[in-house]
Amino acid sequence: MDLILVNLIDGLVTGLLLFMLSAGLTLIFSMMGVLNFAHASFYMLGAYFAYQISIYLGFWMGLLIAPPLVGIVGAAVERYGLRRVHQYGHVPELIFTFGLALLIEELVKFIWGNDQIPYQIPEILEGAAFSISSYDIPAYKVFMIFLSLGIFAGLLFVMTRTRVGMIIQAALSYPRTVEALGHNVPLVFMGVFGVGTALAGVAGVIAGPVLSTFPGMAFVLGSIVFVTIVIGGLGSLGGALVAALIIGWMTTFAKAYNIRMEDILTGVGFTKPEPTWDSAWADLWTLTSPQIADILPYLLMILILVFRPYGLFGKRDV
Amino acid sequence: MQSLEKTQTRSDGGVSMKSAMPWIFSAVMLVLMPFIFQSNSAITIMNQMAITIVFALSYNMLLGQGGMLSFGHAVYMGVGGFVCVHVMNWEIFGSIPLPLLPLLGGVFGMILASMVGYFSTRKAGTVFAMISLGVGELIAACSVIIVVFFGGEEGVSGDRTYGIPFFGVEFLSQIEVYYLTAGWLLISALLMYLFSRTPIGRMANAVRDNPERAEFLGYSSRWVRYNSFVAAGFFAGIAGGLFAINYEILTEENLNLTTSGSILLVTFLGGVGVFFGPVVGAIVFTLLQTVLSLETEIWSLYVGALFVATVMFFPSGLAGVMQLHIAPIKLGTWRLLVMPYIITLVPAIICILGLSGLIEVLFHARHAAIGETEMTLFWVTFQHTEILPWVVFAVMAVVGFWLARKNAPQMMDAWHRANKPDGADT
Repeated sequence: MDLILVNLIDGLVTGLLLFMLSAGLTLIFSMMGVLNFAHASFYMLGAYFAYQISIYLGFWMGLLIAPPLVGIVGAAVERYGLRRVHQYGHVPELIFTFGLALLIEELVKFIWGNDQIPYQIPEILEGAAFSISSYDIPAYKVFMIFLSLGIFAGLLFVMTRTRVGMIIQAALSYPRTVEALGHNVPLVFMGVFGVGTALAGVAGVIAGPVLSTFPGMAFVLGSIVFVTIVIGGLGSLGGALVAALIIGWMTTFAKAYNIRMEDILTGVGFTKPEPTWDSAWADLWTLTSPQIADILPYLLMILILVFRPYGLFGKRDV
Repeated sequence: MQSLEKTQTRSDGGVSMKSAMPWIFSAVMLVLMPFIFQSNSAITIMNQMAITIVFALSYNMLLGQGGMLSFGHAVYMGVGGFVCVHVMNWEIFGSIPLPLLPLLGGVFGMILASMVGYFSTRKAGTVFAMISLGVGELIAACSVIIVVFFGGEEGVSGDRTYGIPFFGVEFLSQIEVYYLTAGWLLISALLMYLFSRTPIGRMANAVRDNPERAEFLGYSSRWVRYNSFVAAGFFAGIAGGLFAINYEILTEENLNLTTSGSILLVTFLGGVGVFFGPVVGAIVFTLLQTVLSLETEIWSLYVGALFVATVMFFPSGLAGVMQLHIAPIKLGTWRLLVMPYIITLVPAIICILGLSGLIEVLFHARHAAIGETEMTLFWVTFQHTEILPWVVFAVMAVVGFWLARKNAPQMMDAWHRANKPDGADT
C-alpha cells in the first residue's frame, strides 16, 4: 500500500512534467497547426540557461530568468523562422522545426560541450520532505509538483478569465474574424509560441537537476511528448493532461513492479522451454515489465490510433 | 505542398531516345566510376553513396511524390537489412546467390510497411508524421528487447562470402560489392521512376496536392497513399539488403530516429520536387559528411545550419535550384547571370568562411585541452590566443556580408531579365 502511494507520487511528478511540455506543444499546435518538433529542445535550453545563470546568481534566479529567456528565443524563432516557412505549407514547417531541433542540439554541444553538466538542485530542497513508512519523499519532488500545479492554475486563469485568454481562444478557432476585429493575430501567434516555449523552459529548469542535463536530453523526452499529445488528442489541453498522467503512472508502475512474462505464461498454462536461451521465444519468456516500461507509451499510442484515431479527447480531425 | 514542382503531364507513353538518355548516361557513369576513382576509400564512399541514393529515392516516394513526411523510414530499411543478415547466417544461404539477397530485404520491408501502412496512411501531413515517429521509436526500442531478431546492443553480423559464387564472383573485395550495389541502384531507381509514371504514381501526386479533389474523382486517397507507402517500404528494404551486404552488420543504429532524420535531411537538401533530387542530395551529403568530418569536429553543426537554411530559403532543394536554371539556358540568356553571380556569391562564400573560421577558433578556444593553443585552419597554423586570426575572420565575415548584400539586388535584377525571352530590362 505504501509502495503504491510512493509510486503514485513519482508518476505524478513525471506526468506533470510531461504535461508542462505537452501543454505548450498542444496550444501551439491547435493555434497554428504547427507541430513544433523542437519543443523539447526549448526544454533543454531552459535547463542549460538556468545552469549558466545559477553559476552566477543561484538556482532561484535561474528559475526566474531562464524561462522568459527561452520564451524570447522561441518568439524570435516564430517571428524570423516559422513565419517565413509558413507560406510553403505545414509539412515544410514541420521539417523546419525538425532541423531546428538538430541545430539547437549542435549549438548546445558547441557551447557547453558533449558531457553532462553539474546542474544541481538547491541546498534548501535537498533531503526528504516527509516519509511514507520507510520511503522518503524528496523535498524537490514536492516542490516540482506544487510549482507545476501553480503554473497550471495560472495558465487556466489566464486562458479562461482574462481578455488576453479570450482573444487567444477566439484566434484558435476563427483567426480571420479576430483579425477583422482589429486584433494583431500574428502577434498573438508569436506570443503563444513564446509562452509555449517558455513553459517548456520551466520544465527544463526544474527537470534538469533530477533528470540530468546533457545534450541528448531533448532527444530522450522529445518523442514521448509527441506521443502524449497524440494519445490525448491533438489540440486538446485536457487530453494532454490525462495522457501525460497516464504515461507517467504507467511507466512508473511498470518499472516499480517486476512483472515477469514467465509468470504470466506459466499461469496461463504454457510450459517453459528448457533451456530457455536456445528457444526462438527466449525473449518472450525473459521479458519483464521494467524492460518494456519505456515502450509502453508507444504501444498505447498505436492502440489509440488504431481504435480511436482522434485520440482520447480530440474532437477534430487534423 | 505548394512548393513542390508540379510534374508536367506527358501524353506519349512510349520510350523515346531522349527519355532514355539520362539512364544510359547514369549506367555508363556507374560502370566507369571505379576506374576514375580507384582508391579503396573512394569505393567505400561510393558504396555508401549508392545505398543512400536508393534509400533517399524510396523516401522521396513518400515525401516528394506522396506528400507524406515520415520520421521512421529507417525502420523499413533496417528490418530488410536484419532479415538479410540473418539469412547470411543460415545454412540455406549456401544455395542463394548473393545478388538476390536485397530482393528478400525488399520483400520484408514491404511486409512491414503493408502492416504499418494499414493504420498510418489514414491521413497525410502531421498525423502521418506523428504515427511514423511513434512506430519508428517503438521498433527501435524493441531492438534491445527482442534480442533473437535484433541482436540487442551489439547487433547482428554475418558474412556475405558464404553464398554460392555468382558467375564465379564471390564478393570478397569492395569493388565486386560496388558493382552489385550499382546494379541494384540502377534497377531500383529505374523502377521507382517508372512507378512515378504509372497511374498509381500519378494519383499519388494528385492526392498530395489535393486529396479532396482526388476523392471526388473516385479515388480513395487512403489507398493511393497506402500503395505508395508499401512500394516505398519495398525499396527501403532493398537499401537495407544492400547495407547488409556492404557492411555485414546491422545494429540498433540502423533503426533509430537519427537515421530516419538524416534521410529526411538528405532528401530535402537534394530537393523533393524533382525525381533526381534525392540523388543529388545523397551525393552531396555523403561528400560533405566525408570531407567535413575529416576537417572539423563540429561538422554536424554546419550540416544542421545548412539544412535549416535550405528549408527557409530554398525549399525546393539543390535540384530545384538547378532546375530553375533550365529556362535561362534554353533562352540563351544565361550569360547575363554569370557576372552578377560572381560578384554576389563570392563575397557570400567569403562571409561563410569567415563565420566558420570564427566558430572554429571559438570552439578550439573553449574546448581544446588546456595549454594547447595551436590550431590549424585553412592550411594555416596559428595560436588561438593571438588576436590576428579573430580579426581576419571577423573582417572576412563582415566585409563578405556587406558586399553580398550590396550586390544581391543586382543579381535579382539579372535573374528576372534572364528569364525573359529577349533579356530586356524589367
